Amino acid sequence: MTTHSEVSRRDFLRAGVAAGAGLTLAVYLSGCEKPADKGGETAGTNGGTDGQFSPNAWVRIAASGQVTLVVDRSEMGQGVLTSMAMLLAEELDVDLSAIKVEQAPAGKEYGNASMGGIQGTGGSSSVRAAWKPLREAGAKARAMLVAAAASTWGVDTASCTTESGAVKSKDGQKRATYGELAAAAAKLAVPTQVTLKDPKDFRLIGKPVPRIDLADKVVGKAGFGIDAKVPGLLVARVARCPVFGGKATSFDADAAKKVPGVKHVAAIGSGVAVIADGYWQAGQGVKALNVKWDFGANANLNSESIRASMKSAATGSGPGILARKEGAGNAAQQGKHVTAEYEAPYLAHACMEPMNATAWVQAGKCTVWVPTQYQWGGGGGAKETVAKTAGVPEAAVTINTTLLGGGFGRRFMHDFLIEAVECSKAANAPVKVVWSREDDIQHDFYRPAAYVKSTATIGANGMPVSWVTRVSAPSINVATAGAAKDKLDENTIDALANHAYDVPNMYFDTENADIAVPLGYWRSVGASQNGFFTECFIDEMAEAAGKDPLEFRRMLLQKKPRHRTVLEVAADKAGWGKPLPAGRARGIAMVESFTSHVAEVAEVSINPDGTPRVHRVVAAVDCGMIVNPDTVRAQVESAIVFGLTAALYGEITIKEGRVVQNNFNDYPMLRMKDMPIIEVHIVPSTEEPTGIGEPGTPPLAPAVANATYALTKKRIRRLPFHRGSATA
Amino acid sequence: MLTLKINGKDMSVDVAPETPLLWVIRDALGYTGTKFGCGIGQCGACTVHVEGHATRSCQLPVSAATGKAITTIEGLSADGSHPVQKAWIQEQVPQCGYCQSGQIMSAVALLAKTPKPTDADIDAAMSGNICRCGTYQRIRKAIHVAAEMAR
Repeated sequence: MTTHSEVSRRDFLRAGVAAGAGLTLAVYLSGCEKPADKGGETAGTNGGTDGQFSPNAWVRIAASGQVTLVVDRSEMGQGVLTSMAMLLAEELDVDLSAIKVEQAPAGKEYGNASMGGIQGTGGSSSVRAAWKPLREAGAKARAMLVAAAASTWGVDTASCTTESGAVKSKDGQKRATYGELAAAAAKLAVPTQVTLKDPKDFRLIGKPVPRIDLADKVVGKAGFGIDAKVPGLLVARVARCPVFGGKATSFDADAAKKVPGVKHVAAIGSGVAVIADGYWQAGQGVKALNVKWDFGANANLNSESIRASMKSAATGSGPGILARKEGAGNAAQQGKHVTAEYEAPYLAHACMEPMNATAWVQAGKCTVWVPTQYQWGGGGGAKETVAKTAGVPEAAVTINTTLLGGGFGRRFMHDFLIEAVECSKAANAPVKVVWSREDDIQHDFYRPAAYVKSTATIGANGMPVSWVTRVSAPSINVATAGAAKDKLDENTIDALANHAYDVPNMYFDTENADIAVPLGYWRSVGASQNGFFTECFIDEMAEAAGKDPLEFRRMLLQKKPRHRTVLEVAADKAGWGKPLPAGRARGIAMVESFTSHVAEVAEVSINPDGTPRVHRVVAAVDCGMIVNPDTVRAQVESAIVFGLTAALYGEITIKEGRVVQNNFNDYPMLRMKDMPIIEVHIVPSTEEPTGIGEPGTPPLAPAVANATYALTKKRIRRLPFHRGSATA
Repeated sequence: MLTLKINGKDMSVDVAPETPLLWVIRDALGYTGTKFGCGIGQCGACTVHVEGHATRSCQLPVSAATGKAITTIEGLSADGSHPVQKAWIQEQVPQCGYCQSGQIMSAVALLAKTPKPTDADIDAAMSGNICRCGTYQRIRKAIHVAAEMAR
């Protein structure tokens, strides 16, 4: 047994005592990646006596009747706390309001098979992974409570039923609450097999249930990382080299210390920290530092040279890394040729809650409060990161996951957490590091830029006979995971090489661009730019083939009913083909990502400056069975705004090795006045649930670009839209 | 020592007079419902009411706020019973929730001046508040709902 599971087991036993003689079930949440793995996915133990078992969610029923669900996923707005509680409540037969949700500690026991064993929240994977195990946990606990009641009453379990946190006899003579039965149930063996409800009998799943986290969020009580309160807490700001990879050579600590409220100045790994009574005082201290920098090797890096190198690779004859080959691959075909080059820029995440973390290093231990998407595993999790930085064993690290004011992939990185631990060590006090918005925009891990060249040949039958694409982009896997530079990065080609269209000859390859801009996961990752490349180029092919864009897609998706259906539903609900007022047009796009299918139809007009104005977006989504339809709608609305913000404004540019943009004035976000009407239509499905946090983003930009072309007859092939604007 | 009147209470703080009101509220007084988002008055996360007006507290030196009635999200209602808060729950507005204190304070100020706002009124009053989760459509609906509730 490893050290960290001992710690967790100790936590668990303590919780068991605190809860009195209650029932505790440990649940292993395996990933949806192994749907064939029936049985054995979920196992349980009562009383926590099975030390061999690796659980990653805990269900506790106390003698008071309080049901507690320990959730291993981070709440960053996607409604995961509510979805997880709904899955348990459904099968346990308790009201949602009876469940108290607790954020899990960090450790191996909470690793998710759906994410390669790490404890993290991303890849639109939470509901997919928990769908079966959490319902089974509820069903098993319910079965044990029923068995306890039947035994007490001396009746057959078949004569008992459950309702709203109680077992009762079907004749209505006897009734006992789960709290009353919990101690007796805890003595029973956990059933190995349970029958889950028929979906037609669901009380909660599939219904638009109000979220459990909103009451605190409308009164200012919700606890984000930046709100962490610890006695004696100091606040740090950090001066970082504006050029990627640069280092401080000198600074004036004395001048900073003269600023009222400044307590400490410390050189740390990322720069120079000023630690003070508050954010404002620390910031005044940073201004007084007068840091001199060695800009290092990247001082001449700029967007023009980055762009030129990627264009050269994408359009050149280098060997490439093969991503997909069908039929005769890139062999020349007879017919009408369509060729286009597309590109997308680097993007910042710009979570509304600026990066922050609070750490307290004490003798031999460290406690942190951190809004993170990544608690444990793979070397970069919060727990290992803190242990390494603080110089204490993992067992002496406590990770408190707070609410996240947005994540979008940014909070998989722990640069800000390392800073907090370093500052606490330097100050010998609890310290909260808080980034300014400028820090956030200029020191992000950016969505990679990409440059693509595509060529298609339309054959004599009016359908494409070949499709050849080369993409040049820096690789997230090379930048963050040390992958080999000549290895295919699946992030680079998602929703590009693996598109669903049926074309007999295809050849997709990549060139990993070697550029010193830090990279990270950004909502929908590679699909965020590849959806634009693929779905705009499909429209170009449709035009060359003389076909309606919807009809052309349908013909290429004859073997793909789920893709076709979302297209048809979106088109139907948007009134595809029906007349619009003068100056307006529709565009359509469909992207599969994170195993979900989303089609969007955008209705646009053209602003006087030539850029599109989006009036309405109609989305159709097939994400399998739905846990909370209102959450699905909210996530698609959110993903569309995320995509539209990027398509209209999103661009990080580099000059002399530094990010040019600073704040929301020059890295703008969509605002209320530019908000389109969004309609989300959910395609009913009996398939397993699939992702929903990200898949709404990729189809937005191509739907709008395709609508713009319908009005202007000029293709937008470069993001953001004003770069490739219709009047440029 | 400066004296501030926050949520009806007089409070004394020992800070430099040029300190933005936001950081006095958050760091010195511990009212963390008001959020920091940009520090340059671009995002509205720090919106509070000063004498009833929606004000970006990151842009107001604390010395300019003394003697004025300041209301933060904590002062809107003790229990979430303000019509705007109720409408926010009814329409399930928040996602991550970080910007929502500021959104709610802007909406309350709008409704105080314009009890029955049009969509154009909402565009004008709410476009200073950024929501990265993109909850604008629900915010718009919730403002209309709150306007109805208050009638």
